[in-house]
Amino acid sequence: MSATEMKRRDFFKTGAALGGGLLLSLYVPEWVLADSVHEATPLTPSIPPFAPNAFVRIGTDNIVTVIVNKSEMGQGVYTSLPMLVAEELEADWSKVRYEPAPVDAAYNHPVFGIQMTGGSTSTASEWERFRQAGATARVMLIGAAAKNWKVDSASLRAENGYVINPASGARASFGSLAEVAATMTPPKDVPLKDPKDFKLIGKPTRRLDTPDKVNGAAQFGLDIAIPGMMTVLVARAPVFGGKVLNFNADKAKAVPGVKNVVQIPSGVAVIAKGFWPAKQGRDKLEISWDDGPNAALSTTGMREQYATLAKTPGLVARKVGDPTKALAGATKTITAEYEMPYLAHAAMEPLNCVVDLRSDRCEIWTGTQFQTGDRAAAAAAAGLKPEQVTIHTPLLGGGFGRRANPASDFVIEAVQVAKAAKAPVKVVWTREDDTRGGWYRPMWSDRFTGGIDEKGNPVVWAHTIVGQSIIAGTPFEGFLIKDGIDGTSVEGAADLLYGIPNLQVDLHTPKIGVPVLWWRSVGHSHNGFAVEAFFDELAHAGGKDPYELRRTLLADQPRMRAVLELAAQKGDWGKRLPAGRGRGIATHFSFSSYVAQVAEVSVDKQGAVRVHRMVCAVDCGRVVNPDTVKAQMEGGINFGLTAALKSEITLDRGRVQQRNFHDYQMLRINEAPEIEVYIVPSTEKPTGVGEPSVPPVAPAVANAIFAASGKRIRKLPILKVDLRG
Amino acid sequence: MVNLKVNGKQINVDVDPDTPLLWVLRETLALTGTKYGCGMALCGACTVHLNGEAIRSCVKRVADAAGKEITTIEGLALNLSHPLQKAWIEVDVPQCGYCQSGQIMSAAVLLSENPAPTDNDIDEAMTGNICRCGTYSRIRQAIHRAAEMKRSTT
Repeated sequence: MSATEMKRRDFFKTGAALGGGLLLSLYVPEWVLADSVHEATPLTPSIPPFAPNAFVRIGTDNIVTVIVNKSEMGQGVYTSLPMLVAEELEADWSKVRYEPAPVDAAYNHPVFGIQMTGGSTSTASEWERFRQAGATARVMLIGAAAKNWKVDSASLRAENGYVINPASGARASFGSLAEVAATMTPPKDVPLKDPKDFKLIGKPTRRLDTPDKVNGAAQFGLDIAIPGMMTVLVARAPVFGGKVLNFNADKAKAVPGVKNVVQIPSGVAVIAKGFWPAKQGRDKLEISWDDGPNAALSTTGMREQYATLAKTPGLVARKVGDPTKALAGATKTITAEYEMPYLAHAAMEPLNCVVDLRSDRCEIWTGTQFQTGDRAAAAAAAGLKPEQVTIHTPLLGGGFGRRANPASDFVIEAVQVAKAAKAPVKVVWTREDDTRGGWYRPMWSDRFTGGIDEKGNPVVWAHTIVGQSIIAGTPFEGFLIKDGIDGTSVEGAADLLYGIPNLQVDLHTPKIGVPVLWWRSVGHSHNGFAVEAFFDELAHAGGKDPYELRRTLLADQPRMRAVLELAAQKGDWGKRLPAGRGRGIATHFSFSSYVAQVAEVSVDKQGAVRVHRMVCAVDCGRVVNPDTVKAQMEGGINFGLTAALKSEITLDRGRVQQRNFHDYQMLRINEAPEIEVYIVPSTEKPTGVGEPSVPPVAPAVANAIFAASGKRIRKLPILKVDLRG
Repeated sequence: MVNLKVNGKQINVDVDPDTPLLWVLRETLALTGTKYGCGMALCGACTVHLNGEAIRSCVKRVADAAGKEITTIEGLALNLSHPLQKAWIEVDVPQCGYCQSGQIMSAAVLLSENPAPTDNDIDEAMTGNICRCGTYSRIRQAIHRAAEMKRSTT
């Protein structure tokens, strides 16, 4: 278990033992704390008939609205969290609706203490609270019926949206009881169902948000329009950290529809009547930039620096046994270096933010994963108090971490624009702005030394990791960085599950002026590849079957061993394939979930790689909506394939060299493999689903390429590696 | 002034004739179901029908769309009655959903030209539409399902 995972687990325990209030004071950063201490405010001015808690509202029309405190970015929270409420409420599922939560301390993440969506924690962290919210409401509705019917509430039960008196056969719909239920005192600690009685949880359930997503009705941030709103494009520095020296806006201002051009801290903003004039105006700006300290940055230079660092031991994240001594006694040693590039999140909906700033309040519409932080940051930028700032969270056209920025970059900038524009604004990022805007998955270099004994078994595993810290400089520093080691840099590496007696994982954290951020599966996105690809090398060096060796070394890891065996069996491990085809296998433990995958790949004489089939087994504890788990595994695999095969962000003279989908490529349907997903039944607590399928993809594919062609992939993306016959 | 026929309705819009059709649909006509993804005809999020053909509205001058039949996702069937919409719901294709209007509009043209597409036909017709959430296998499945529905009703 990595430092990060351990901390998360500890906090789960501590949180449960101490309760939310105390938990906050343990680690929540100052800006968060300032915002979190105020009391929960009423949700809407018109109090609905029955709103027993912050998460449930029942109208006289029988509609049950579940207020969801997580941002919907494709992962299905607008369905899975309502399912938790509906299960305990005994609601009629056809009457259940969702509504995004406003920003309020009542909606804070029970573990992280701020309102946010991330870390594949939505189901795990709300598993108790949302069911409790439903159970409390049910008890109150039953209480209302008991009062109306003058019977003992113990003689009544709720079922499919009604309270029923089995003795008399009387039935009352939830809606008809709403007004009386609203007068009842909410009970505390209502016992939850025995899981064997679940009717909804665990059943494949269609998503509530799908109909709106197939007729154009779904509203994403970019679709928001408010009266008097101007559209704004910002010309940002071509080099990270650059500043405007001076600019001439005459030609830009001459574009019909351009209303104004103003300088803001991040660059020059063109304020116009729509996207097109704003774009035309921005293209006509003449700006001189001071490129600042990062003007000479290049990927080539960084690679050299990283490779040199990788040859020296860094800060030790984990040490087991005596690797140095054991290496001296090993029968065979192998060394390998791995490289992974910066990656942009490239959500389909480019970043955007709508701001209506007034003297005493500020209203914001933006697809954010980070409401509390963004509100505090917007308030500071606007010179207001956090409670004067309202954030509406529309649907997110993908997030993948980019919309959870502790620096709140796109929100602060939009508030600054609104201040200068003196009108409601929508700041729109073009695809080019989004691709070049930074906040990337860090670039990494990894160096391994492995030692094998006379029987071919791995006895030494030494892993040096080089890459920027995501957490350094953020309010999470105190929580996630310990003794100079960013837990997210070594997650999925320091917590290696394989039983190897001598192990060392160490870390170098160079400071580079490229802004970095979590990207779907965070540190696991890089360690998953490096660790599982090198494990394959070690297996072959010792003459072992990579699947059998994994099985043997997972003797103490029954859950991982089970998913490994399932993936191997379903993925036809060991069965013959035609020449030019190969299978690769990989496992990875992340976000407390266990995943194993088998990739089936062909490599032709021209070196073209095709991934034909991906078989995935997952153990993510108890499953709320199996179809969502399946969808997240499928999506994560295609997301992982894009990174494995195609994309990289590179820099030259401080400038990002990619712009749009022609040079920052995405997997397309003609390249998407057949995917099979198998879920291991479990009665353990739910764990992560959104991210854990990403890390094993690249190594499974790389290992399959080795099986197909004899060529080792130690560098991503694979498209850039020469695999010709 | 440009005269457009959008989802069966005639409308005059007062815009620069060089404006891409996408922004006229989204900003002037408030038909926001058509999405902006790249502005370079690389991702397909902005796909609409022009005289029955799937085009990328982000690179189509509005003036060049004048007098032609424009259909957007809102014009396909707001009441979700189109076989593709039914199939998309049955298979639960969308994740974030941002690209799905474009996917469905591309698929609609495919089905109008090829009532029983193979996986290869689908891959060929849909390769211009990126889905970052990676819903590709469900898109294939839903197109097959919609084709079945369409065949059984005609």
